[in-house]
Amino acid sequence: MLAGFGVFAENMGPAAANAGPAWGCRKSRLVSGILRNVIGAGADTSDSVRGDGAAIGIVRSGIMLWTRLMGGDVMRSARPASMLLSLGSVFWTYCAAGVCFADDLPAVVEFNRDIRPILSDTCYQCHGPDSTQRKAELRLDLQKHLYDVRDNQRLVLPRRPEDSLLWQRVTSRDPDERMPPADSDRRLKPRDLALIRKWIAQGAVWQPHWSFVPPRAVRVPRAAAPLRIRNPIDAFVLQRLTASGLGPSPVASRHTLIRRVTLDLTGLPPTPEEVDRFLADPAPNAYEKVVDRLLRSPRYGEKMAVHWLDAARYADTSGYQNDGPRSMWRWRDWVIEAFNANMSFDQFTIEQIAGDMLPGATMSQSLATGFNRNHRGNAEGGIVPEEFAVEYVIDRVETTAGVWLGLTMGCARCHEHKFDPISQREFYQFYSYFNNVPESGRAIKEGNSPPFIKVPTNAQQQRLNVLRGDLLRSQQAYADRQDALQRSLQQWESAAGVDAETDWTVDDGLTVYLPGDHRVEHGPPVEASADADRQTTAGAAPKNQTPADVDPLVTDIHWAGGKVDCVPGKLGDAYEFTGQQHLELGDAAHFGYFDQFSISLWVRPTASRQGTLVSRMEPIDRGAGYNVHLRDGHIQLNLVKRWLDDSLRVETVDRLLPDRWQHVLVTYDGSRVAAGIRIYLNGSAQRLHVNLDAINQTFTSDEPLRLATGNSRFSGRIDELRIYDRTLSADEALLIATPQNIAKILAIRQPRRTAGQRHKLREFFEHTHAGDDVARLRSRIIAQHRALAAYDESVPTAMVMRERKTPRQTHILIRGQYDQPGEPVASGLPDVLPGLPVGAPNNRLGLARWLVMHGNPLTARVIVNRVWQMYFGVGIVETAEDFGSQGTPPSHPQLLDWLAVELMRTGWDLKALHKLIVMSGTYRQSSATNPSLVERDPDNRLLARGPRIRLSAEEIRDQALAVAGLLIEQLGGPSVRPYQPEGLWQEIASDKEYNQSTGRGLYRRSVYTYWKRTVAPPVMMNFDAAGRETCTVRRSTTNTPLQALTLLNDVTFVEAARGLAQRMLAAGGRHPRDRIQKAFALAIGRPARPAELQILLAGYQNYLRAFRAAPDNAQRLIRFGASLPDQRLNPAELAACISVASLILNLDEAVTKE
Amino acid sequence: MEHKSVTIPQDFSLSSGRRMFLRQSGLTLGTAALASLSDPATSSVHAESGKHRLTHHTPRAKRIIYLFQSGAPSQLDLFDPKPGLQTLRNTELPDSIRRGQRLTGMTSKQDRFPIAPSMFRFRPRGRSGMQISDLLPQTARIADDLCLIRSMHTTAINHDPAITFFQTGAQLAGRPSVGAWLSYGLGSQNRDLPAFVAMVSGSGGQPLYDRLWGSGFLPTRYQGVKFRSVGDPVLFLSNPPGVSAAVRRRMLDDLARLNQLKYDRVADPEITTRIAQYELAARMQTSVPELTDVSDEPEHIFRLYGDDARKPGTFAANCLLARRLAERDVRFIQLFHRGWDQHTNLPTGIAKQCRDTDQASAALVQDLKQRGLLDDTIVVWGGEFGRTVYCQGRLTADDYGRDHHPRCFSLWLTGGGIRGGMTYGVTDEFGYNIAEDPVHVHDLHATLLHCLGIDHRKLTFKFQGRRYRLTDVHGTLIRDILA
Repeated sequence: MLAGFGVFAENMGPAAANAGPAWGCRKSRLVSGILRNVIGAGADTSDSVRGDGAAIGIVRSGIMLWTRLMGGDVMRSARPASMLLSLGSVFWTYCAAGVCFADDLPAVVEFNRDIRPILSDTCYQCHGPDSTQRKAELRLDLQKHLYDVRDNQRLVLPRRPEDSLLWQRVTSRDPDERMPPADSDRRLKPRDLALIRKWIAQGAVWQPHWSFVPPRAVRVPRAAAPLRIRNPIDAFVLQRLTASGLGPSPVASRHTLIRRVTLDLTGLPPTPEEVDRFLADPAPNAYEKVVDRLLRSPRYGEKMAVHWLDAARYADTSGYQNDGPRSMWRWRDWVIEAFNANMSFDQFTIEQIAGDMLPGATMSQSLATGFNRNHRGNAEGGIVPEEFAVEYVIDRVETTAGVWLGLTMGCARCHEHKFDPISQREFYQFYSYFNNVPESGRAIKEGNSPPFIKVPTNAQQQRLNVLRGDLLRSQQAYADRQDALQRSLQQWESAAGVDAETDWTVDDGLTVYLPGDHRVEHGPPVEASADADRQTTAGAAPKNQTPADVDPLVTDIHWAGGKVDCVPGKLGDAYEFTGQQHLELGDAAHFGYFDQFSISLWVRPTASRQGTLVSRMEPIDRGAGYNVHLRDGHIQLNLVKRWLDDSLRVETVDRLLPDRWQHVLVTYDGSRVAAGIRIYLNGSAQRLHVNLDAINQTFTSDEPLRLATGNSRFSGRIDELRIYDRTLSADEALLIATPQNIAKILAIRQPRRTAGQRHKLREFFEHTHAGDDVARLRSRIIAQHRALAAYDESVPTAMVMRERKTPRQTHILIRGQYDQPGEPVASGLPDVLPGLPVGAPNNRLGLARWLVMHGNPLTARVIVNRVWQMYFGVGIVETAEDFGSQGTPPSHPQLLDWLAVELMRTGWDLKALHKLIVMSGTYRQSSATNPSLVERDPDNRLLARGPRIRLSAEEIRDQALAVAGLLIEQLGGPSVRPYQPEGLWQEIASDKEYNQSTGRGLYRRSVYTYWKRTVAPPVMMNFDAAGRETCTVRRSTTNTPLQALTLLNDVTFVEAARGLAQRMLAAGGRHPRDRIQKAFALAIGRPARPAELQILLAGYQNYLRAFRAAPDNAQRLIRFGASLPDQRLNPAELAACISVASLILNLDEAVTKE
Repeated sequence: MEHKSVTIPQDFSLSSGRRMFLRQSGLTLGTAALASLSDPATSSVHAESGKHRLTHHTPRAKRIIYLFQSGAPSQLDLFDPKPGLQTLRNTELPDSIRRGQRLTGMTSKQDRFPIAPSMFRFRPRGRSGMQISDLLPQTARIADDLCLIRSMHTTAINHDPAITFFQTGAQLAGRPSVGAWLSYGLGSQNRDLPAFVAMVSGSGGQPLYDRLWGSGFLPTRYQGVKFRSVGDPVLFLSNPPGVSAAVRRRMLDDLARLNQLKYDRVADPEITTRIAQYELAARMQTSVPELTDVSDEPEHIFRLYGDDARKPGTFAANCLLARRLAERDVRFIQLFHRGWDQHTNLPTGIAKQCRDTDQASAALVQDLKQRGLLDDTIVVWGGEFGRTVYCQGRLTADDYGRDHHPRCFSLWLTGGGIRGGMTYGVTDEFGYNIAEDPVHVHDLHATLLHCLGIDHRKLTFKFQGRRYRLTDVHGTLIRDILA
């Protein structure tokens, strides 16, 4: 029983009148698509009318709307047709490839176009590729099964529907026999049945699924009207049009054409000068010259990149929970540069999928692989990293398969694909190609997650080269002096008479120094007055000069838990701790996880060898902060935000000895990973054991710096605490651990001196006795080293793909769950597709080459389809993301194949493809239409007219900036933060405020707008930009009141209107008419027609009166925005012009590509 | 047959160009909603004389107000008393209860899992004797209206995936939110306001994301509109400075005339849609401020909701707005209140959260009830998961913390079609596992849709070749909690 076809339930009485608008409106052709029901319109009520096996809505007025009953699929379109449906007889509109234009079934029913979509949607769930759901061991997706004998009867007996079991079962009156079963949620529509019947009657010719058969060189049809043919595209389009009894539209006007093609190729409108030049160009190839100029423009790459960034789910943040920043803009610029350089699409593909694996991979080729690191990354505390590591790989599979193959491979994650021949095993074989990245499922909260590389821009690379060269030259000069220095050292040594107290140690970067030689007089501050007379406790000057701006000597010091004794130490006295007391050293050594630091001290532990040596940490069990700690003699550095999942702990393998002075140096380089930590014992680097390596937030603490406690108290002696705000080197570690002073070293015979002693002596000599030029050279090297390091720090990084050294074994994941591994699988491709090219390795690089090998049936078609979609709004295959059996069949299959073959033939030349399309007569048609054509072909699938499509979010904003004269045309660079209503991030995301750009950053092209995934830029989102959380290859286009509010009221557009207004006034002459024409030419690219001009003129006079009457209003309006109004202009006139300019920017034509 | 002109419901779901064309042709049109709901091949849509259309069965409610408590409130301290635990304080959670089930990375490496009994006292409330803790004195007073589910469970163990799961039925981004499904499925009942409004309150705590009220793969028109408490309630609602209402009106009229001229030349129905959207935008400029201006509310209302209701951006103020939105027939009103993530210092933290939410939550229910709106409004109160019975961090005499616990937690709902004074589901004596009547998030979604007249298996949208539903391939209607 086909229940409910055309059923409509609505009382059209008063209640319905209450029904208000849904919020906004999808682009009408889609909206109409939502209205998939035949409307049964009784005078007062609608009801369903059920015929024999079919319920048919009656439309008394004679028009019915319907779409294929796709169960909520709003992407389909309404198909109005002049049909009267009457009870008991079944008529239907004819839809093929999404186009409704005939009253009957196709003359020849084709399996691919007409039958497979029905079987796929209705039957494959139980009789398709998924073996686990398969009923009766029957497959309708395989030729063999379809013509098989079941129950002694042929399932499909060509030319004899009545004798075909399939036909009998789908039309049976017995509910137990009838397919699909009553309890399923699928039904066959009358038209489906008719198609099946006709297909069988015509011989039931099988076709393999079209997209899995490689495109063949198609012969260009000979057109009936050769004069209308500009290139082969038109021949294919015209053939189909003619067959439908339609003809093409006339060519669009030159005004329209140049605006259309300029927007399409660069995302910006033409300037009036460009328009005029084109209008005045009598050359037969005037249009082609425009096209060539646009293809050479750097704006072309920016325009093309937007679509690619959507597909690549590119963003500036990580996308989960706190949604911290990441840096991928260098990859974004790689894309723009690749488009501008017209990199061939096969190279473009190979580099992005596996550029890192190319022999001798360049930085640029590694950078390209950022494509598959653009997926979101979860840094939330407490996640199970394994779970998300799996999600990242799955995202890569889904994105790569969607972008290049047009396959919904993700459907086979948990079970075999329901519709396409992709098994779960094949899914994980494909997954295996992407499962070999040395990554963690727990992403870095702020910044890039490994693996990533430094990717200097060209300018930065040049600067780095200069800095490196400077440093190298100085180092060379220093090296050249070594022999001389050695000689003078020896001369000095033999004659030296240094003071017995003279010593030398590292002082560069010293921020905390506690010699341990002075008693601590003060206990814990009890009350404020006690604080007042707290005095400096350490009297002696530091033993060496300190950085001019920091006095490292600790003065804010008191004991706690008991007095601390001064006892003989390693150098002078030391503090002794008994496990009861500690020292508090105030707000010093305040480090966070991006900071470099080094902590040096002499320590003499008691036998227990336990307790915290130095800390800025809550003095409790499991407190947050950092400490240097002893555990059974093992030296630990703990960096802790939260135990245990947001902390970093490394520990020496070897242990300190009890009751003996030893030197400990711990260094951290600000890299947030355990590998950035060194621990030296008596000057030698220790082997380290990494306990925890997951610090994801800064460990900065408000606790004071403490000696001998942190989370547990220390017993033993501590001397000579030195803390540096940089990472000391191994040489320095050796030096600082050398206790003997200079006189003592000199007293040791040269051969018996340790390396540390030699190094210390040498440093002392060079600093103090080697002469000014050596001192200058040394300080130059330090300065140059710092300059290089600082500059290097500013060089951006980008996340990239990389292969693990030992391959990771992939398993089938049962039900797609990370913790349910099944059988192991090796990398491999689905059987339904051809194998790897000969000689290609079975790895990610092989996969990359396979994607663009000529025998691959999908990639070229998928790409030309998406390029087509850019121009006409809808692809030749409407479901650009799905070329499988659930996708829509191509509207012009031969054209699609011809374009795909052409793309490959030209060596994947994208600019050639773009040129081919925009040079076609099809593209150059006028987009004006009429109600009957709209009715006939609402989606313009037949292309009887040119495209008329609302501009994208980026184009709308960029155009406004351009016509205002505000746009900054600067290629590439870090993302910028244009206007955004205040507080938008704070109110939902985190405590991070949006630091709006100033100056140029407000006026860059939208492709450079900072993209925070969880709070995407509202102006972009209001105009249907993709959210960038997942791969998007097709945006929706809606038409909503929020768009109206944005264009009318957002400062972006009001300031742009002022820019446009100022240009009207500056260059538009005296008369308002001329000024309006100027604005119109700038924004719309054509002169206003008399009727339009009349409205605008009258409007202008009205606004002018209003602003003259309210000068304050004029002042307020002209000052809206960050840029300043032109002071020379009359405020009321300017305000009136802003209103006119705003009006023009809000015109339907302004936001539409005509 | 003679055509009789009828009103087109949901007319803004259509392009007006299309609409005009259809009107001229004498067509009656349905809505996006309707069409989307009624996969005509399967649905048993029937005509109903009332405001509800396009439903699979008679709805019991027309709208939902969802008071989402982001961060996950502790069920053990609010709704699910475990008096037996007092004697087990600071003892290890038995392995027989934990069963090796996964924990978050925050506590999985803890060397102990000591039991932390609640510090708060529970009492039986109302005629039904529903047990609610002293932290929620006002909620306790409406106990007889509430259906308290103690056996909720979810799939996700961390905030982002879990909140996303609650709002979209999936852990990962990309699916439509509940409100988007409803506005797609049922359309709007209101002429000047969106079908789906979201509001946020509470500072700090777990972040929220646009996707929680996003439209996922549905067209963006179905996404929720976030009402803000600072600046324009709806982004870009106000005219720019200096643009008077009169100038704006004239601009809009001129714009409509110019666009009409364009339509006359190119006949693109999109143009007439745009003309209509500008008019709707202009109406919103009046209707939204009118809605958010609560100065016309009488004094006793502020007493009911509490003083916070006067402060824009508070949970109480949002609750009051929720009632005003419900009065205006907004279909799905989604509140988020942040700050329930008490890993440590739970007693202090939860008490503050309760002070911020208890009175206003109860007030909203009472207010709806006294206006007769509770009969066709469902109010839901709950977070994304529960919290562990074992302590995270320090366990002291007056302090403890609790980690995330997806295996069982509590949530209440009330209103149209829901049985009041009912406690549903039972957890084990440790509040760790469900003992009876589990309710998964999918089941809750199925039940909410049911109350709005929708069979959750039939509200679908085809994307990437597959028919997606809010409940994916899961979801069981919980009939026992229906009135």
